[in-house]
Amino acid sequence: MDVRLTTEQRELREAAARLADDLGPGSVIDLDDADRVARLEKAVAATGWRSLRSDGASGVEVALVVEEFARGLVDVPFLGPVLADDLQARSGTAAESVALAVGGEAVDARGLRAALRLVDNRIETTGVGEPVFGIDLTRTNAAVADPVTPVGELAADAAQRWQALALVVTTADILGAARGAHALACDYAKVRSQYGKTIGSFQAVAHLLAESLALIEGSVSILRYAAWAVDELDPAEALRAGRFAKVYTERAARTICETSIQVHGGIGNTWECLAHVFLRRALTSGALFPVSLEEIDLGLS
Amino acid sequence: MDFRDSPEEAAFRTRLQDWLAENAKKFPTSGDEYWAKAAQWHQALYEGGFFGTSWPKAYGGQELPPVYDVIVDEELARAGAPARPSLGYLVIGLGRHGSEELRQRFLPGMINGTERWCQGFSEPGAGSDLASLTTTATLEGDHYVLNGHKIWTSYSDDADWCLVLARTDPDAPRHKGISGFIVNMHQPGIEQRPLPMISGVTKEFGQVLFDGATVPADQMVGAPGEGWKLAMTVVSHEREPSTLGFTARYGKTVRNLAARLDGEPSESLRWAAVQTEMLRLHVRRRLSEQLDGLSHGPDGSLDKLLMTWVEQSVGHASLDAGGTRDAELLGTYLYSRSQSVMGGTSQIQKNIIATRIIGLEA
Repeated sequence: MDVRLTTEQRELREAAARLADDLGPGSVIDLDDADRVARLEKAVAATGWRSLRSDGASGVEVALVVEEFARGLVDVPFLGPVLADDLQARSGTAAESVALAVGGEAVDARGLRAALRLVDNRIETTGVGEPVFGIDLTRTNAAVADPVTPVGELAADAAQRWQALALVVTTADILGAARGAHALACDYAKVRSQYGKTIGSFQAVAHLLAESLALIEGSVSILRYAAWAVDELDPAEALRAGRFAKVYTERAARTICETSIQVHGGIGNTWECLAHVFLRRALTSGALFPVSLEEIDLGLS
Repeated sequence: MDFRDSPEEAAFRTRLQDWLAENAKKFPTSGDEYWAKAAQWHQALYEGGFFGTSWPKAYGGQELPPVYDVIVDEELARAGAPARPSLGYLVIGLGRHGSEELRQRFLPGMINGTERWCQGFSEPGAGSDLASLTTTATLEGDHYVLNGHKIWTSYSDDADWCLVLARTDPDAPRHKGISGFIVNMHQPGIEQRPLPMISGVTKEFGQVLFDGATVPADQMVGAPGEGWKLAMTVVSHEREPSTLGFTARYGKTVRNLAARLDGEPSESLRWAAVQTEMLRLHVRRRLSEQLDGLSHGPDGSLDKLLMTWVEQSVGHASLDAGGTRDAELLGTYLYSRSQSVMGGTSQIQKNIIATRIIGLEA
């Protein structure tokens, strides 16, 4: 066993991180900068990463890009299109960038006109209607619109594998948002002074940030396995690994994001600070393909 | 990236499974009964070819990649065998700071289990603040004379040798006046007193009093005053789950609890299962990273913190399952309380993470 990332995987992660750092929002005001969003959209489209799956990329590689995009609060569609792309690849439907629909909503659908959804084993295309209310400030959901057209069917195995990928992708998004929130809080703790010292020098603050980092490391470890499992284990096992990863990471991320708000003090409780933007994103990805502790199967490997 | 065994690893695992089918049940896994046979277990495991796998061949190891430790831990837990003896931190400490003469003399016996070891660092007045230790070692001719009081010494009753930190220069700044020694435990001037733990284990833990015990000067590890460097190497490696070993036992406990259930598993048991799975995968990631020759240093504090949370979540699940009516499950819970204290408290680990990894002001 050797569970290190390959050189290619590390390079992909670094490229995604650079793109997110260069063009993602650096502040709450940046969220409304239409020029920036247009540049980001163009850059993401140019990478071709929305079709990673149909280009043969592994679950690990998709997860790495999703994680870095969430860390940098990338606010153009990615999670939805990359999951829709996997459905397209499995069903052989036309390869254009489309949104993903889950139930009656097209998720992560800003600017997209069509969506794909999986209902039981059946793949359907739908239109994308009007935006619906959501708490995520970086991604928009919309209502599913007519017409709804069946376009294909997946074997039970393939459907399970896609669900495992969906858990991995949402978990990677949660982890990325948590890492972003933690980095924001650590940077703040190094510069904000009280009583003549930086607040990071106080154990009461330092220990919270240390705990968050341990939670991040644990999340990375459990997610990497689930991401690898998508393509390498049988689908039921992959699904199980995805559930474990999502439950652990979702709990961890909530603590990490709440800690970030706390460390920021008063400003952390206002719209001025990005901490809540990370929290909102983590909560939104947690609620998409939700997993509860009650679904955890105790027959451990 | 591949979480599966390579062909070589699979062959090793099969050989180990066969060996365990023969040998596992000969050894009790816990409590004082375990302790009575711990040396035999260590030697049997070594002779089977399943201990010290990653350590240098020159001292009795096999120089296999560190991931073989994962296989050993997993299969020991699966077979219901006792834990892999935990002394990697001593092997690394002596290997890195001892002279070649000391390594040749002491590492083979440490690794093959024919000589038993304990670690004499902590004192009643020097636990987390180790640099304030007051045990003295005074040079008299060709040997040092030891006086002082060590405490929280795991396995002291069983040990042939103790890696002792003692103050050799009372005038030097407190971190600089400390030296490391390999002390023979079978001599006059050493008294041991067991410290029964809250879980009821009576043999594992003790205190050691030095009253004029001696150690040859050439059994100093490193140069005079270099004891602090040795201490830092030992404690940082003491914190890696790979060194602490046998994290797979948490999964075993969770499975045992699940098997005893009548109805639905408690939330605490499910959460313990999730955390246990996280740790299993975390150890694989860390040991794989060591294939790059990466030494984790302060990262060991992250691993220790994660491991502590897992052990204590398993402890809570045990308490929830057994309440106050099941002595064994209560013992599992009570034993888990020590994990956030031993090898540096969780608060100390968090200080290390905050200052040395995150880079917050101290």
